Amino acid sequence: MSYIIEMREITKEFPGVIANDNVTLQLKKGEIHALLGENGAGKSTLMSILFGLYKPEHGKIYKNDTEVHVTGPNDATKLGIGMVHQHFKLVHNFTVLENIVLGVETTKRSVLQMKEARKKVQELSKQYGLEIDIDKEVQDITVGMQQRVEILKMLYRENEILIFDEPTAVLTPQEIESLMQTMKGLADEGRSILFITHKLDEIMQVADRCSVLRKGKMVGTVDVADVSKEELSEMMVGRKVMLRLDKKEANVGTEILRVQSLTMKGEPGHKNKLTDVSFHVNAGEIVCVAGIEGNGQTDLVYALTGLAGIDGGQISLMGQDITKTKIRGRGELGMAHIPEDRHKHGLVLDYTLGYNEILQTYYTPRFQTGGFLKQGAIRDYAEGLIRQFDIRAGRGAETIARSMSGGNQQKIIIAREIDRDPHLLIAVQPTRGLDVGAIEYIHQQLLKQRDEGKAVLLISLELEEVMNVSDRILVMYEGEIVANADPKHVTYQELGLYMSGAKREGNV
Amino acid sequence: MKQVIARLKASGDSGLSVLSSLIAVLAGLLVGLVVLLITDAPQAFPAFRHILTFGFQEIRNVGQVLYFATPLILTGLSVGFAYKTGLFNIGASGQYTFGAFVAIWMGLELTFLPPPIRIPLSLLGAMAAGALWGAIPGLLKAFRNVHEVISCIMTNWVGIFLVNFIIMQTIFDPMRNATRTVPLDSNMPGWGLGELFQGGASRPSSVNSGIIVAILAAILVYIILEKTKFGYELKACGFNKDAAKYAGISEKRNIVSSMMISGALAGLGGGLHFLSGAGVEMQVANVLATEGFTGISVALLGLNNPIGIIFGGMLIAYLHMGGFQMQLFGFVPEIIEMVIAVIIYFCAFVLLIKLFLAHRMKKKTLPNEGGTHTGPPPDAGEPNRKEEDEGGAGA
Repeated sequence: MSYIIEMREITKEFPGVIANDNVTLQLKKGEIHALLGENGAGKSTLMSILFGLYKPEHGKIYKNDTEVHVTGPNDATKLGIGMVHQHFKLVHNFTVLENIVLGVETTKRSVLQMKEARKKVQELSKQYGLEIDIDKEVQDITVGMQQRVEILKMLYRENEILIFDEPTAVLTPQEIESLMQTMKGLADEGRSILFITHKLDEIMQVADRCSVLRKGKMVGTVDVADVSKEELSEMMVGRKVMLRLDKKEANVGTEILRVQSLTMKGEPGHKNKLTDVSFHVNAGEIVCVAGIEGNGQTDLVYALTGLAGIDGGQISLMGQDITKTKIRGRGELGMAHIPEDRHKHGLVLDYTLGYNEILQTYYTPRFQTGGFLKQGAIRDYAEGLIRQFDIRAGRGAETIARSMSGGNQQKIIIAREIDRDPHLLIAVQPTRGLDVGAIEYIHQQLLKQRDEGKAVLLISLELEEVMNVSDRILVMYEGEIVANADPKHVTYQELGLYMSGAKREGNV
Repeated sequence: MKQVIARLKASGDSGLSVLSSLIAVLAGLLVGLVVLLITDAPQAFPAFRHILTFGFQEIRNVGQVLYFATPLILTGLSVGFAYKTGLFNIGASGQYTFGAFVAIWMGLELTFLPPPIRIPLSLLGAMAAGALWGAIPGLLKAFRNVHEVISCIMTNWVGIFLVNFIIMQTIFDPMRNATRTVPLDSNMPGWGLGELFQGGASRPSSVNSGIIVAILAAILVYIILEKTKFGYELKACGFNKDAAKYAGISEKRNIVSSMMISGALAGLGGGLHFLSGAGVEMQVANVLATEGFTGISVALLGLNNPIGIIFGGMLIAYLHMGGFQMQLFGFVPEIIEMVIAVIIYFCAFVLLIKLFLAHRMKKKTLPNEGGTHTGPPPDAGEPNRKEEDEGGAGA
């Protein structure tokens, strides 16, 4: 059997960690081959090797049984390998057309010949149903269209091996559906697709075969038709995983947070960041704010936590007006905040674990007397949290946060925020970039908070998370709340329509 | 030597820091030697030996090194302290000048007070003046978002001309185009240090209690940064101002207080230097005080660690001492400035050297102790675009 691409016995080491350990990956012509694995399993490393970004210590790459050497993206392009990166590689102030031809421009005596290129791009766009605004600048088009531009880039270069790196992370359900159709169409034409993901549903939907990586090792390659979702997840994690959360009925209590007509103006000449946002969160329920990235969720959180000022409206916590209260004051009144970007807001990476655990409480008598930090108390407190929240840290409370893995860094923050015993917990994408085990853990912690009678406001981009965890769903679109839905009654498709602005509830 | 290196290595991170600083110094000296060789080969080695050994040739020279190191340690602390809190205080020169002027003025004009009150008061005045001068860039940054480097350059020049102007109006000695000489009892007491370091020389060394004050200041800075709530806030702002804001720490207040403390340290340096009784007066000249800029080198050499800065200051002073003598060998004294410049240049690589050493050490020790990381995170090699996503490698 000949493979269009075969990566044989690839080993790649980074200082202190083997990212790929003797991995063999075989891609047949015309198939959609999923590459499944948790974060840090080595998927991206393997693809980066195929794309020429890394040089492996051992192993060879074959194309149609001939050994090839890929030393850079240019070699990859010559071999017909194209990649849609998770974070798109587009020039923001170039037009769609300019982005597509970038690097392979046709010129006549050093003068760009865009006419031919335009014709070719338009033909491709028509042929594959990839709708684009060819003369718009990339910064002005939607994320979904940006991805179509990336796909057209590969088609323009006549690539026959297409790598999609977590392509659905930024899309609405409708856009995902159309992407799946495009992928199937491309495969039917004889192009081979490598599809990196950790979403099992998508694999079941489009992939022919699936290779599973775990901790840098290849667990195996299976025909998707022969396996169930549960089996795949077990292969990925190495143990049985609860795909469904075991969730009790919510025991809704009194109102904790009330937001009324919140408005935040945009930059001069831009739309409002938030317009007339009103909602409430009660004790004992998880309210989830869903929406596509960049529709005002971040601004809403900044407004609630006091990180940014507002231009109108009122916020009250436990019946007390906190519109003008400062960040620390809100914390002291019982607001805890698991921030969106743990490296930017959540942690001082160069501080130790212990110092990070007291970031919100270092000034209290518990951790300082007369201006001097109580090192012993800090250490004891941190060691306690390490045990209670199962934080893995090589040197205990003395571990520098920077040297820890993403999941454990997130646990530092979760431990700190939950241990403050808040009335309201605002969790912004708390599972972003984490593996299945860590996600499971964090969801359970959120549910535990809810069951203890806390109000939880969860901001999430992952629809599955939204549907599984929440008791009530608020959908944001362009800085407004367009729907207040019950997860038991709303469908994915309906949420997708709300998220893309195609539909809105009358009475929110 | 090997044993020393082995012990340094064994002492872990701080040991590595010292070792990498030493490597930077050695590299700088070697380049200096090359320059000497190019300029005048036969004289090069004797001159080089002089740079290396002059500070230790006589006991008095050791005292002189300490004397010259005093202001450098303080300007070094000034720069290092600001740096730890995320600010680049390039304005130590102006703060130093302001502090120096106020100390001299008080030493001259407050003679009605007994020395035990007059001297500490002069030093406090110097600190207040430095703090005031440091507050300007701090306030500009906190409330008007003006980068501190720009405003520090401004306050340096405004400082020197303003001080010149005030000197001419008040305590000017036109014969010497400088300040009047401070009465002897306004100077820092010697505490017998000058005689202690006199050795066989005909007159005592210029070293005085100022060096003790400088060392105490370093220890105080260390305690503030490492042991107090205030230091926790300052450093949090320096490492990650977004996280500090998230935790409700007022960044504006921190910027201003950090610049004021930084300025006070530089001002104290100025006061100690001119109240040393070594017969230095403040010249009225349109030149910035070099001590402020040497402070940047000292802080770099000491890796911004207050204790490291004590040694950094002494080392730079030691090299300067040797440099003064270069004319004996037919070289211009500026050659030592070049050697120091090269050392500073290599200091910029100190962190690189440190990482390199840490990497080599880990390679050697990896087979035995496996997973204990002290260096960069295990996933440092992951591609950037995957920072969030694949960050959990090697957990």
